[in-house]
Amino acid sequence: MKLQITNYKLQHFKFKIQNSEFKFKNCRVFALLLTAYGLLLTPGEAHAMHISEGILPVNWAALWFAVSIFFVAYGLRRLKILSRTDLSVKPLVGLLAAIVFVISCMPIPVPTAGTCSHPGGTAIPAILVGPSISVLVAAVALLIQALFLAHGGLSTLGADIASMGVMGAFTGFAVFKLLRRFHVNLSISAFFAGMLSDWAIYLTTSVELAAAIRGDAAFMPLFTKIVIAFVPTQLPLGILEGVMTAGMVSLLARRRVDLLVKLGVIEPEHAGETA
Amino acid sequence: MKIIKYELRNAKYKSVIICLFLLIPFNAFLIMSAASAAKWGGVDESVVEKYATEHGRKARNPLINTDQGDLLLFLFLLAGTAGGFVAGYYWRQLTEKKKATKVVQDSSK
Repeated sequence: MKLQITNYKLQHFKFKIQNSEFKFKNCRVFALLLTAYGLLLTPGEAHAMHISEGILPVNWAALWFAVSIFFVAYGLRRLKILSRTDLSVKPLVGLLAAIVFVISCMPIPVPTAGTCSHPGGTAIPAILVGPSISVLVAAVALLIQALFLAHGGLSTLGADIASMGVMGAFTGFAVFKLLRRFHVNLSISAFFAGMLSDWAIYLTTSVELAAAIRGDAAFMPLFTKIVIAFVPTQLPLGILEGVMTAGMVSLLARRRVDLLVKLGVIEPEHAGETA
Repeated sequence: MKIIKYELRNAKYKSVIICLFLLIPFNAFLIMSAASAAKWGGVDESVVEKYATEHGRKARNPLINTDQGDLLLFLFLLAGTAGGFVAGYYWRQLTEKKKATKVVQDSSK
């Protein structure tokens, strides 16, 4: 009798393990189904967030060009210095440039708002190779998009570089460094850097737009209106950008921790910490 | 054993039913939000261009206007593919290098 009970308990335990495995597999299937649903319900035509051609008056377009050209030139100089001293940086910059380009022209449907928008992606290179090189990478991506993908415009390129490149990169970099100074985990620091970088991009776009189109109207009410209009789309998208940034940084930390130590992203004493 | 098999099958059905129940409201939510925001437009249209037009600034056609028919779709696909290949190429370079140095280190031992 005792043996039978023990046997039953063992089988029951086996069943519990099988059941938990089954539930875990089911969760993955469910997540895949949700993603497929999201993608299937997205129509083909989708646009994104850059300020389109002709929206900014000439004086404002020229001002943002003047601001961004300084950062682009500095980024070019930094890249030259960095690649002269360390050749292994080149493939990393190439990878980051491709990532920023793909991410910033990928319209993501946001069900909470029923609109599409895209992450900036500039926090990732800002954390890994510095904010100035991130501005350069963003400028190249934005130029290609403005020329061939009807995405942004040539006259508004300066404003788009200032928001996505300069503000996105420098905010992401500053947040990451600040959190790391307080010994926050690598992935969590990268998450907040990505999320706040995304929100900073849209705050800057709101400033650029409100300042340029307000005419004689007051700046603050229009700025607030634009920011509020961005919130339903950008709030969840910022969180997604945070997840993407954390994923990319922790993946590189697992695969090439030596490179991250060399670039100063991780301190040598924290090289073992990968997530 | 029969009891276990029965319970396992029962658990399968339960999970499928739960999944279906969760998918229905999710589906309804997506359709409702899509209908309210008219065709999943980008925030460049629903926010930037909307406020710009209200204040007398209209968007112009881009210098090279690729937003015609399926041309833009093709270019986006091309850009994504090219970007993906470049990213994959450099990712391989970055990670292969590590393996190569490991092999060299092992052979030197």
